[in-house]
Amino acid sequence: MSGARLVQGNEACARGALAAGCNFYGGYPITPSSEIAEHMVRMLPDAGGVFVQMEDEIASLAAVIGASLAGSKAMTATSGPGFSLMQEHIGFAVMAEVPCVIVDVMRGGPSTGLPTSPSQGDVMQARWGTHGDHPAIVLAPSSVGEVFDLTVRAFNLAERFRTPVILLYDEVIGHTRESVQLPEKVEIVDRVRPDVAPADFLPKAADATGVPPLPAFGDGYRFHVTGLSHDERGFPTDDGHVAGALLERIHGKVSAHEDEITSADMFMLDDADVAFFAYGIVGRSAREAVLRCREAGIKVGLIRPTTLWPFPSRQVAEAAAQVDRVIVAEMNLGQMIGEVERATAGRAEVVGHMRADGEPITPSELVGVVSAGGGGH
Amino acid sequence: MTDVKTYLREWAMPHVLCPGCAHGIVMRGFLEAINQLQLDQDKVAVVAGIGCSSRIVGYIDFCTLHGTHGRAPAFATGLKLARPDLHVMVITGDGDGLAIGGNHLIHAARRNIDMTVMLLNNSIYGMTGGQAAPTTPAGAVASTTPAGNTEPNFDACKLMIGAGASYVARVLAANPIEMSKVIADGVRHPGFSFIEIVSDCPEYYGRYNKVGGGAEMLTWMARRDAGVAVPLSEKRFVEHVPSSAVPPGMVTGVLERDIRPVFTGVRKQDQS
Repeated sequence: MSGARLVQGNEACARGALAAGCNFYGGYPITPSSEIAEHMVRMLPDAGGVFVQMEDEIASLAAVIGASLAGSKAMTATSGPGFSLMQEHIGFAVMAEVPCVIVDVMRGGPSTGLPTSPSQGDVMQARWGTHGDHPAIVLAPSSVGEVFDLTVRAFNLAERFRTPVILLYDEVIGHTRESVQLPEKVEIVDRVRPDVAPADFLPKAADATGVPPLPAFGDGYRFHVTGLSHDERGFPTDDGHVAGALLERIHGKVSAHEDEITSADMFMLDDADVAFFAYGIVGRSAREAVLRCREAGIKVGLIRPTTLWPFPSRQVAEAAAQVDRVIVAEMNLGQMIGEVERATAGRAEVVGHMRADGEPITPSELVGVVSAGGGGH
Repeated sequence: MTDVKTYLREWAMPHVLCPGCAHGIVMRGFLEAINQLQLDQDKVAVVAGIGCSSRIVGYIDFCTLHGTHGRAPAFATGLKLARPDLHVMVITGDGDGLAIGGNHLIHAARRNIDMTVMLLNNSIYGMTGGQAAPTTPAGAVASTTPAGNTEPNFDACKLMIGAGASYVARVLAANPIEMSKVIADGVRHPGFSFIEIVSDCPEYYGRYNKVGGGAEMLTWMARRDAGVAVPLSEKRFVEHVPSSAVPPGMVTGVLERDIRPVFTGVRKQDQS
């Protein structure tokens, strides 16, 4: 272990990426994510990697996908306006099954919005932003240390499931400096490569895992990659049965492993009457609010998902069976609350506390919500 | 020399191109160029966007990436930077490369990244049914310009020279032997090479503008008296190929050739 040092959230992201084996970064400047690129350009070359600043966010993710097909572990980072531009290629990466990591450091929106203020307004875009039916894996850290850990996890999940993985955090986490001890060695997962001769290779044939092996361009396997619906040879088809089966496999490789992918920090819920549901920086405030409520003799707990998608429905349902009320606190006008209501399924009352004014939700604000016996909305 | 059929995915045939479309001639010409160069088939990566010309990559037996509309140079940039040992090429069309993908094309040219872009210009959007493109000549009829196009068109080669491409050429699908030679020349060029290949779209452009089918369009294109070849700029003009006659105002041949630093990304430079 290296010694504890003061690290910014965006720096922790870059360090996590390098620890995970990232060797390609393609990006475009945007507040409040630019420090990730600035750290990557300094650190990647010595780690044997390549950095490129592209002409826009569309090109950034295209370059990342190209690099990943060439065998690299590749990433990009952006914020809301750039994340909107990246939706096209998130869909391509889903369809072509290209591992890659996309970081969205959320700021106030819509449009140019509040460039230097935090928000959690992109959580539904991260799930549904690209067109068509598609699975999504979206991770949401709450601290600088967790940014590092979940960046590593994002790469590992991308490689394991041959899919884009989105790391979503807000401006406060991106710019906060905390004293953390970052591990030097982490567990690394690499994509499965084919073990058949090139002549026998079917690029999109999957075994029971649902994840086809992926060789790198230039390694002797000549294959076709397309965003069109395609068969096991990777070749375009408009056969509805084949197209439908492809989509179901792409969905299934994530949905069949939800228990492995989803994670949530369940804090002081065993005897709780009230539970917060909060993620990202609001999860930090909610944790503090739980402690303050407990000091005042109110039994409050916290569901803090670290994967927003797939949604931790099981964890929410279990907590809802215990508590009378779930307070969903988020820095938007109500996005994840719908999912919480669905998972709660009437087992507990669900109320929301939302704000979208660029200010983080504070612990005392949340204590006030509990004391008032309701939600903000 | 190898039989060019070695480079075809014959199992994927028949192809989607229309009768009379010269894109098939271009595909053959491209494969002849690869054959002339005797490149390692496993080390050739061809990236395409969306449109008729981009569908060519489905039928050629290399590592092929059929990406999104207009973004092929950006995909190719990541590919080349991550694997410099690959011969990276892009097949794009005039709508793909000059309209939706114009930004990516000019920046790839500016960086002088080592790749070859072949832009098949048929002056119209074929795949979507004959809409006007940035290359549709003023006055020409397309499904979205029923009374004739009122916009001026891009000169792709001038655009690329302006963007800093270190190798720029224009050839005609009607002159396939010259086309293969120029493609091979462009692939050999260290840095960014851009080759506009003037193709045809008899199905839409030919039909809407009553200029005949594929044979008539190619014959017209190859006519020695079809127009006066005016160099883009005497200073820039490097090597004109006088044997090819051209449509009015279209200069063919190698229009720019310069040796400039090649962009390889920000990386440790002492790697051998």
